[in-house]
Amino acid sequence: MNLSEIYTEVIAEHSRSGKNKREIKNPDFALEGMNPSCGDEIKVEAKLSGEIITDIAFTGSGCAVSLASASIMADLLRGKTLEEAEALISLFLKMIKGEITNEALLDELGEAVAFENISNLPARVKCAVLAWHTFLEAIGAQRGEK
Amino acid sequence: MYNPYIKDFPILKQTVNGKPLAYLDNAATTQKPDCVIEASSRYYRLDNANPHRGAYTLSVRATELYEAARETVKNFIKAEAAGEIIFTRGATEALNLLAYSYGMNCLREGDEIVISIAEHHSNVVPWQQVAAAKGAKLIYMYLDENGDIPDSELEKKITSRTKIVSITQVSNVLGTVYPVKKIIRKAHESGAVAIVDLAQSIAHMETDVRDMDADFAVFSGHKMFAPMGIGVLYGKKNLLDAMPPFLFGGDMIESVSEQMARFAHPPQKFEAGTQNVEGAAGLSAAIQYINSIGFDSIRKAERELIRYTLERLSENSYINIVGPRFSEHRAGVISFTMRDVHPHDIASILDADGIAIRAGHHCAHPLMKYLGITATSRVSLCFYNTKQEIDRLAESLKSVRRRLHFES
Repeated sequence: MNLSEIYTEVIAEHSRSGKNKREIKNPDFALEGMNPSCGDEIKVEAKLSGEIITDIAFTGSGCAVSLASASIMADLLRGKTLEEAEALISLFLKMIKGEITNEALLDELGEAVAFENISNLPARVKCAVLAWHTFLEAIGAQRGEK
Repeated sequence: MYNPYIKDFPILKQTVNGKPLAYLDNAATTQKPDCVIEASSRYYRLDNANPHRGAYTLSVRATELYEAARETVKNFIKAEAAGEIIFTRGATEALNLLAYSYGMNCLREGDEIVISIAEHHSNVVPWQQVAAAKGAKLIYMYLDENGDIPDSELEKKITSRTKIVSITQVSNVLGTVYPVKKIIRKAHESGAVAIVDLAQSIAHMETDVRDMDADFAVFSGHKMFAPMGIGVLYGKKNLLDAMPPFLFGGDMIESVSEQMARFAHPPQKFEAGTQNVEGAAGLSAAIQYINSIGFDSIRKAERELIRYTLERLSENSYINIVGPRFSEHRAGVISFTMRDVHPHDIASILDADGIAIRAGHHCAHPLMKYLGITATSRVSLCFYNTKQEIDRLAESLKSVRRRLHFES
């Protein structure tokens, strides 16, 4: 296991910058995700204009992996439609599981490819997917309400 | 420095991620010496049969092994009779047994159960359930700034309304040793029964349930070098006699008719179904192993490791120790936080260096909330650990911020 493949500068930067770590005023949806095995708590909030995610941010506490992952997700999904967001999240989760063999497909994920090797640290996979699972669930709940 | 115990633990002879394993998570579970592994495996190679049932030789041997283990446990904790020793799957099951069998039957609306804020979830959640079902109240004793339970809390919280006081002897987060004898005395003065959770103390200090005057005590085998899945509930005979069974079925009955059953006496009354003989054999071997070293030697070795670990950790200016400073009585559970760094990242980095520590909330959410922290890193020591391992821990911790790309 090469730890530096996990703790890259990209992840360090995102976990500390706090640029997407803030509350959103009157969010159109908000959902809290918890990792009961470690106590990490991340709340993802988003603002919509029609189907488009005009803003997305998170609050909470967690390790470098879960915070960086939430921040990178926010950058990636801002400006996307809900449908596009779902597709990207699903692609991300498949990448984590090692189900994507065609590396070219991963270009769409931008900086999120930084987590491609997280499965080398099985204990940390849950940290990497926490925000993504939470947001996917929030989208599902949003659709259910309509 | 030569450590005479390492050779007894085969698992410690391996490398992890290319480095010699430094196992510093002994509060979660201890490693097993050869004699324990051998005792469990010998049972299956030579003596396996269903105990308490057959009239044939193997079944008699299995029964004898199982009951001899009960006798060994009785002597180890200085109980009065082997019938006061009930085998469970662990401390958690023992506390559930007490919550269901004692709590559900003895509590009335308005009664109070007193625990400390430093309890493990296993000594919190069962009482929440009982309290909700019976209209009783769960009351917490809080800690002072040193992590101790002040006398004023005992006076204030343990009252004539208190029916159960359930307290851990050693905090699995802070390493504080609580004055259980004093707390039990106070409980008895108020007419309550006292339960002691020995999970974190059983392998590290001498236990005398009669000197403590505990009404009930619980512990897990796996935290004292025995296999997982075996644990103990100790209870005073008169209390166990009065309690209804927890689980029903085979082995806990005297006779069964179509509509009724007569229950066996304790301990069988609380041991329904085929029991964990392998675990009991392992537990017995673990106790013999502990006795062969002796608590004087264990305490001496661990006290020096605790002192040294606290000293090395305090050299790191980014580290804040969450728990008491060194004292003669402090236990070898040492929690700490590191400025700007989450415990999980620390644990992953240490793992890359072959060092196993725990990170997280340690199954003590109420305590973490009370302390105002979300998670800690935790080093927990055992006599088979060495100062060299602590030196590696200190060096690895020094590298954490650099490996996370901090400026310094």
